[in-house]
Amino acid sequence: MIKRATFRGVALPYALLLPQIAITLIFFFWPAGEALFQAVHVQDALGLKTRFVWFENFERVFSDGYYLASLRITAVFTLASCLLAMGFALLLAVMADRVIRGAGAYKTLLIWPYAVAPALAGVLWGFMFNPTIGVVAHALDAVGIKWNYYVDGDQALFLVTIAAAWKYVSYSFIFFLAGLQSIPRSVIEAAAIDGAGPTKRFWTIVFPLLSPTTFFLLVLNLVHLFFESFGIVHALTQGGPGRATEILVFRVWSDGYRGQDYGGSAAQSVVLMAIVIALTVIQFRYVERKVHY
Amino acid sequence: MVENRPFVTAVSHLTLVVGIGIVCLPLWIAFVASTHDVSRMFQSPAPFWPGTHLVENYLAVLRSGIGQSANAPVGTMLINSLIMALVIAIGKISISIVSAYAIVYFRFPFRMGFFWIIFVTLMLPVEVRIMPTYEVVAGLGMIDTYAGLTIPLIASATATFLFRQFFLTVPDELAEAARIDGAGPLRFFRDILLPLSKTNIAALFVIQFIYGWNQYLWPLLVSTKESYYTVVMGISRMVNVVDAAPTWNLVMATAVLGLVPPVIVVLVMQRWFVKGLVESEK
Repeated sequence: MIKRATFRGVALPYALLLPQIAITLIFFFWPAGEALFQAVHVQDALGLKTRFVWFENFERVFSDGYYLASLRITAVFTLASCLLAMGFALLLAVMADRVIRGAGAYKTLLIWPYAVAPALAGVLWGFMFNPTIGVVAHALDAVGIKWNYYVDGDQALFLVTIAAAWKYVSYSFIFFLAGLQSIPRSVIEAAAIDGAGPTKRFWTIVFPLLSPTTFFLLVLNLVHLFFESFGIVHALTQGGPGRATEILVFRVWSDGYRGQDYGGSAAQSVVLMAIVIALTVIQFRYVERKVHY
Repeated sequence: MVENRPFVTAVSHLTLVVGIGIVCLPLWIAFVASTHDVSRMFQSPAPFWPGTHLVENYLAVLRSGIGQSANAPVGTMLINSLIMALVIAIGKISISIVSAYAIVYFRFPFRMGFFWIIFVTLMLPVEVRIMPTYEVVAGLGMIDTYAGLTIPLIASATATFLFRQFFLTVPDELAEAARIDGAGPLRFFRDILLPLSKTNIAALFVIQFIYGWNQYLWPLLVSTKESYYTVVMGISRMVNVVDAAPTWNLVMATAVLGLVPPVIVVLVMQRWFVKGLVESEK
């Protein structure tokens, strides 16, 4: 945690810490405290008085059928796009690890979507699947699928899911490729000499050795998808049609900003914070274990 | 490669080419649409091959936006995005490197207390506490300012965590030698630690630049005046035009302009970026 050789002085370390601590206190602890405060209070109609109501806001949130539906939508959306992105990324990483010629070019062409904003990913996919002029929508029409994600909730959720998966393929790809390249060649070669083909080698050696990377990616992708997908949903569907794509982060914003329901929004924020803290704890326990490995 | 199997190699190449095709398709469609004039945007399906209006479209959006519902010129938005990305990237790196230095190299009262104040923020993104943070920023009068756009997002522990991990791997002998030679803490930081951290700084710069450039929800709340729009949030205002079908050719030109700068940063600094990403998250 600390160096054997340290410097003396009290004023200097405080001065060095000051900017980060100040920003963290003002823009992190203050709002988080505010969220906790609002979560257990209600405001009257004019916003003049607030009243302490214990867990009424939470009860209200959890007894709202739409909130429970939103939980389910979020779970489906994050899990589906996470698995889709990771599966596709693993396939491409295994192939990219195999080839020698053109490996650099393949890698470059696969990592650029990392830099694309989630909202822009939403706009690009929305254009391809636009019911009136979208290229893919047109192709789907041609094979007899009636495509209109503006009115069909399932189609909207599907579109949001693949747009999000597309955005996170490159992230997983980078980690899988790094993981694959750190597997000792000698192990693979020994298996090959013993007569194991590429498929057999993958499932019995490569995949088990990749499992730390896979688990780590699963947690991180879930966290990213959970929060960064606001942009995708907001740009693509605005939570619609009929709340079919209203994920939790979107609801925190729409209840608070559009609905002016600060108590309810704050209660949802507290729930989200609890979820992230749980994921962080899982992540850290895992990281700790790996450090002592 | 372990053994020579031409067939498997061919399949690998084929899979990669198809995969890249899928990954690059959305960008291609967007780029193609941005090279056509608006009358082509009313025929279904959208074009698959480039047209002849590239320069015209891009100049139009850069100078005057898409001309509907009083949008800001995309040129202004790009400058705002650049300011936001640079301030966040440089700000985060500067405050984190010094606070990590204080935590690793000094002994002082409440060290662990400060450590936890910073690290408790590690994975709690702004989206989670969005409304209260917005209220705090509004209360401080920072709506429609660059300070309001950037400073609240600088408060995150990821960079501090990375620098702390890196400093812990720097041999103790370096600090000891510096002290014996009479170098004070600031001298040691400037002449030894900072040069050693160059690769980490470069990698973090790429990641944080992209983070800053791609912010969406925050500018959506904080920028109410068009002169403070960033390109990523500005484009959603263009797509969600209620009264008319969006002028897709111009919207797509804006989308391409909005994604090219961070993509260039990633591609140019690919080596540091991949290294930094893999190391900072592990």
